[in-house]
Amino acid sequence: MAASKPGASASNGVIGWVPVAIAASLFAYFLQFLGPVSQGEVIRLVWNWVPSLDIALSFTVDGLSLTFALLISGIGTAVMLYSNSYLAGHPQYDRFALYLTSFMLAMLGLVLADNLIALFVFWELTTITSYLLIGFNNEEAKSRRSALQALLLTGAGALVLLAGIILLGVAAGTFEISEILAQGDAIREHPWYVGIVILVLVGAFTKSAQVPFHFWLPNAMAAPTPVSAFLHSATMVKGGVYLMARLHPGLSGTELWLWTLTVFGAVTAVFASILAFRQTDLKQALAYTTLMALGTLTMLLGSAEGYAITAFVTFLVVHSLYKAALFLVVGCIDHGTGTRDANVLGGLGKAMPVTAFAAALAALSMAGIPPFMGFIAKELAYKGAEETLTNVTFVAGMSLAANALMVAVAGIVALRPFWSKAEGEMPHTPHEAPWPMLAGPVVLAVLGLLFGLMPGYAQTYLVNPTVQGFLGSMEAAKELKLWAGVNLALYLSIATFVIGGLLYAFHRTLRPALIRVNMASPKFDKGWDNILDGLKAVAAWQTRLLQSGVLRQYMFVIFATLLVGVGGTLWAKGAFHWPLVFEGELAPKHWTVIGLLMVGTLVTVTTRSRILAIAALGVVGIAVAIIFIIYGAPDVAITQLLVETLVVVLVAVAMLRLPLLDQKGKSDHRPLDAVLAVGVGGVVTMTILLMLEQPIDLRLSAYFNETAWPDAFGRNIVNVILVDFRALDTFGEIAVVLIAGLSAYALLRTTQPVRHRRGMRNKDTNVQEDTP
Amino acid sequence: MNSLILQVATRYLSSLLLVFSIYMLLRGHNEPGGGFIGGLVGATGFILYAVACGTSGARQALRVSPQNIAAIGLGISLLSGLFSMFFADAPFTGQWLFIGAEGDDKGLPISTILFFDIGVYLVVLGAILTLVFAMEEEI
Repeated sequence: MAASKPGASASNGVIGWVPVAIAASLFAYFLQFLGPVSQGEVIRLVWNWVPSLDIALSFTVDGLSLTFALLISGIGTAVMLYSNSYLAGHPQYDRFALYLTSFMLAMLGLVLADNLIALFVFWELTTITSYLLIGFNNEEAKSRRSALQALLLTGAGALVLLAGIILLGVAAGTFEISEILAQGDAIREHPWYVGIVILVLVGAFTKSAQVPFHFWLPNAMAAPTPVSAFLHSATMVKGGVYLMARLHPGLSGTELWLWTLTVFGAVTAVFASILAFRQTDLKQALAYTTLMALGTLTMLLGSAEGYAITAFVTFLVVHSLYKAALFLVVGCIDHGTGTRDANVLGGLGKAMPVTAFAAALAALSMAGIPPFMGFIAKELAYKGAEETLTNVTFVAGMSLAANALMVAVAGIVALRPFWSKAEGEMPHTPHEAPWPMLAGPVVLAVLGLLFGLMPGYAQTYLVNPTVQGFLGSMEAAKELKLWAGVNLALYLSIATFVIGGLLYAFHRTLRPALIRVNMASPKFDKGWDNILDGLKAVAAWQTRLLQSGVLRQYMFVIFATLLVGVGGTLWAKGAFHWPLVFEGELAPKHWTVIGLLMVGTLVTVTTRSRILAIAALGVVGIAVAIIFIIYGAPDVAITQLLVETLVVVLVAVAMLRLPLLDQKGKSDHRPLDAVLAVGVGGVVTMTILLMLEQPIDLRLSAYFNETAWPDAFGRNIVNVILVDFRALDTFGEIAVVLIAGLSAYALLRTTQPVRHRRGMRNKDTNVQEDTP
Repeated sequence: MNSLILQVATRYLSSLLLVFSIYMLLRGHNEPGGGFIGGLVGATGFILYAVACGTSGARQALRVSPQNIAAIGLGISLLSGLFSMFFADAPFTGQWLFIGAEGDDKGLPISTILFFDIGVYLVVLGAILTLVFAMEEEI
């Protein structure tokens, strides 16, 4: 990594400060909403986007979205500042800054959007920017694999989510989230409720890395450390949690919701904390603790009780603060020593005092030691477990296990490297990081302490307004306090510290056993590879089956499909009858065109000369153009004529490459082709005659005839339809034209050497055939 | 192809075809024509030039590579479609400006529709020339 270059003195210039400025000004912008939102106000901003599909770019600032927006822009500011030093002088820093800033904007859009479709678009934007950032070190195969894995997994989850969103929108009759949530029990009693919940949850679980979709997140640590801190810990992975929280008032409160979230959340939390405990790479250990946090958040969202929801908001905030700080600290360690291996690191406290200070504060918050905010969050979570509607022992037990492991991991990650003796050679002598890399972690860690000492601020400005969104009133929020008296939660906290302390003391002894357990458990990562290999094998197999590479076969299949499809439908629907009568009148000019068509066709199919066949086909094309002229469609006729002309040129050029028509020793396909051609022609003719028997619906023609001039100021209806009424379709079509042109160009260019050789060989064989 | 007659004639024919293509493009809103037909006619002009004077000559006369022309055309169409966003209209809603309009006389109409059609013209011209030039050079 370029970051670990010692004494990188190069700077990124102005480009390094632009993202910082953007993030900081956004943070300042969102701060001004704190006042009104803490009064219970909800600010809405609506901008029509696709009104015909009820899709609006509408944004809402309420407690939940404001909390998220402040975390995103605030931590974003710290991360941008940090990255500028961490990747100082990186040759592609401009690209990095663009990706990271785009991600931040997309994430803000995601948490502020009040329209499901808009939310989904922003959701996918975060997926794509995450892909680009994980794969930022794109010369490493591991980075590329991790990036692709994250993209495919969260992308597949997003498709499932899209299905859920559409069902939800159709069931509710609107895509505006605020309107959906206002409908109360209507969604819960809807017959599609179960389907909606499952689809939405699959999307949220993939994004927020719940078991069994968790494995992409630790792999995503291939990204540069500030990215891990920002995307894969503090913000993006919380997108799934955010979605569940956002839809909580509309979807929660059923057994299905309660049990699914509680069980998946609890299992993820415990499973992840065990894996975190096992890690020796500091960054990997943090990655797994993030999984644990996501599991805990999901578990808390299962409930709809005051304590659980208050705990959710508090833990959300506190986790973002300490986890971002810890990731940044690990980056500082990596930067200062050149390694992240817990077995090697030690004694950094003296060389890196500021880093050690930030690490200690953040770790204490993570371990949930009073008077840090982490303690308050943990107490609230235990209270929430007490009043859960599922099984109190299960929830409290799982929380206890996960929290105790967190205590131990906090020690391993943030205390040992600084305060125990070094046990191995570090790649270079530890040195303190520059101030921009220290500012973020220190501020974030200190905030965790301040919020703990003065919980009133967090309560008023963040927790109460958010809880109001969930439970309808600010009073439902429970009080954030350090001392809540002697109760079950306090006993559980004490048990957490004792077990956690023991685990930390013996973690060296326990690790080998854990590694053995892990070896025996199923390998999700390996399973993923197998799925991908299977997909590729299916793709290869069907390509071999369908793509013979022989143009004649493709045409045969296409026309046979047309024959069977249309003919079969006519037969199955019983639409066919005999005799069919054509009632139109045919003047001599019509007969002339028909004659041209017939002669052209006959010559085309019977000739043995390719040039004659092309010319005869041109005659057919021109006859068709004349038909267009006769029936008053000059635009179409002109286009037809021009296309015919160009086709003749193209074919003439291509012909120089093509083999001769009458190749000796090959079977003649013509009889079979003739049967197919007559069949297709017959069916099409029959269909047209049948259509002519029906009265033609002229409403559309009349509409365009009437509106083309007054509405679109054009007299050529065809062109007005193309460029105005249906301009979006035309845009799609010209995009296809461009892509087709470029693809053909690429094909011609890339296959040139092969074609050349084949051409040579053909020439050789021709010569040989000619000589005798 | 090395034919003096064709080469001399092409200089006039190509220019005529190009002028005609722009005429087709501009009249398209009220009379038969439009960006698609205009683009086809324009492409014919350059193909004729390429046949008579070789593709390298045609590429020189074109100055910009056909792929870029097509891509720029797509960009123009997209931008003219998105322009309506400034007026709080749905994308691809036409925006009109009538210069010197008085009463029933609509003056000189300028619209995003026209720019959209110019984009179509460039895409068709560029894509066809991309294909034809590549094939001619292949031989």
